[in-house]
Amino acid sequence: MNEEIIIAGFGGQGVLSMGKILAYSGVMQGMEVSWMPSYGPEMRGGTANVTVILSDKRISSPILKMYDTAIILNQQSMDKFEKFVKPGGLLLYDGNGITRHPERKDIEIYRVDAAEEAAKMQSSKTFNMIVLGAYLKLRPLVEMENVMNGLKKSIPDRHHHLLPLNKAAIERGGEIVKEVSGV
Amino acid sequence: MKGNEAIAEAAIRCGVDGYFGYPITPQSEVMETLMDNKPWETTGMVVLQAESEIASINMLYGGAGCGKKVMTSSSSPGISLMQEGLTYLAGAELPCLVVNVVRGGPGLGTIQPAQSDYFQAVKGGGHGDYKLIVLAPASVQEMSDFVELAFDLAFKYRNPAMILSDGMIGQMMEKVEMKPFKPRWTNEEIAEMHPWATTGKPASRERNIITSVELDPNAFERFNLKLQAKYKTIQENEVRCEMINCDDAEYLFVAYGSSARICQKAVDLLRAKGIKAGLLRPITLFPFPTKQIQSLAGNLKGILSVELSMGQMVEDVRLAVGQSVPVEHFGRVGGVIHSPEEVVEALEKKIIGG
Repeated sequence: MNEEIIIAGFGGQGVLSMGKILAYSGVMQGMEVSWMPSYGPEMRGGTANVTVILSDKRISSPILKMYDTAIILNQQSMDKFEKFVKPGGLLLYDGNGITRHPERKDIEIYRVDAAEEAAKMQSSKTFNMIVLGAYLKLRPLVEMENVMNGLKKSIPDRHHHLLPLNKAAIERGGEIVKEVSGV
Repeated sequence: MKGNEAIAEAAIRCGVDGYFGYPITPQSEVMETLMDNKPWETTGMVVLQAESEIASINMLYGGAGCGKKVMTSSSSPGISLMQEGLTYLAGAELPCLVVNVVRGGPGLGTIQPAQSDYFQAVKGGGHGDYKLIVLAPASVQEMSDFVELAFDLAFKYRNPAMILSDGMIGQMMEKVEMKPFKPRWTNEEIAEMHPWATTGKPASRERNIITSVELDPNAFERFNLKLQAKYKTIQENEVRCEMINCDDAEYLFVAYGSSARICQKAVDLLRAKGIKAGLLRPITLFPFPTKQIQSLAGNLKGILSVELSMGQMVEDVRLAVGQSVPVEHFGRVGGVIHSPEEVVEALEKKIIGG
């Protein structure tokens, strides 16, 4: 198993922390992992992306050109990364703010309206966990128990009372994700 | 854990006495992590934000002179400011650790990763005939492990050591296995293990003098020759490198640090196409694995030195193999990182096709 993922969106959407939680979940599951952010002047409003690799072997390059999965959360990232999904790979996106929808026919395309759902849950911060839940539904690489342990590990103790809300968001993501087009 | 965090955590665990630094991207997490951990409350380690890089390196000079385990970390422009202090430390034969999480230059440059400080790290940087022991980690695990290794080598040879990393290894997160805690040396242990250190003069010996000045040319020539003999011993005994798929390789990448990780993937991509590629990853940049590269040269059709620079380490690769094998360089610069696919294409164009 070797899953190479790019998560891309606006800074402030929780792109990096979602990647971190996924990486920690992989560690809990006993996998090799790497988490490589685009670091720099990104902050709220700018673009941010992170490459996460989950593997059962030693990971070579943490920097990649092509990905098994792209999780795309804004239009700029769609423009940049749609073409870098490997043929047969997965593109998962949030439709909010997307004006040009993905067009490729050689990849699986799924959509999760996480921003809308987060608003319904009255907690905009659950946004990235809804997206993560959608991803894990499509690629169940890590068990829920390990995801929760990963989550515990990557958020500070003072926020641990939010774990049930995050769990609900992950589960909700799995329920609302829908197929746009297959291969 | 991030590479930068691993450096900080490893420093506390291996009994470092003092960290003196000044923040600069992409390595600010080193001091941030130290400040978060508050080791002054546990091990007694001093963590101090100095007023500048120049102050930091001179604090190292003072601490190292007392036989303490002292370190700093910075990134390229900050390391340039430290060069005077580094040559003084080398001239006074003092052990210390300087971590350079390299970013793109020249000048203030960019905050993105680069490997364009190879010459500065390996060939000097400051004035005079001196060398640093230079370690190049390629993973977060090695960021952690090399802190202790660097101090071991620095004290063994009484020489400043450098960890030459870059923004990619500093910022990425991977799994790390941390070493168990080791207590800091006591003053008695330091006095016993490092008789050269200024630990307070007992009646039984002469004063210890830490200096890099010697006004008698003949004496200073002898000192320089002694330094060179030390570097020769280091070259003979301390070379470390990793060879991946080298046994039957016809084409060889030589790459360190982040570029080595990218080349590992390039080797996989080339092998999948039936091209026999291998990777030699120098772990020590000084001492450079000259003999190890030479030992492979006989079976090779070409070598590609891959670095995030315009071609620095490639000179040492050429010195190693001379005219016996074609050697070319490939690398993106200015904070741009080459992808494994680009590296494959470069090998195909510059070496296989050329």
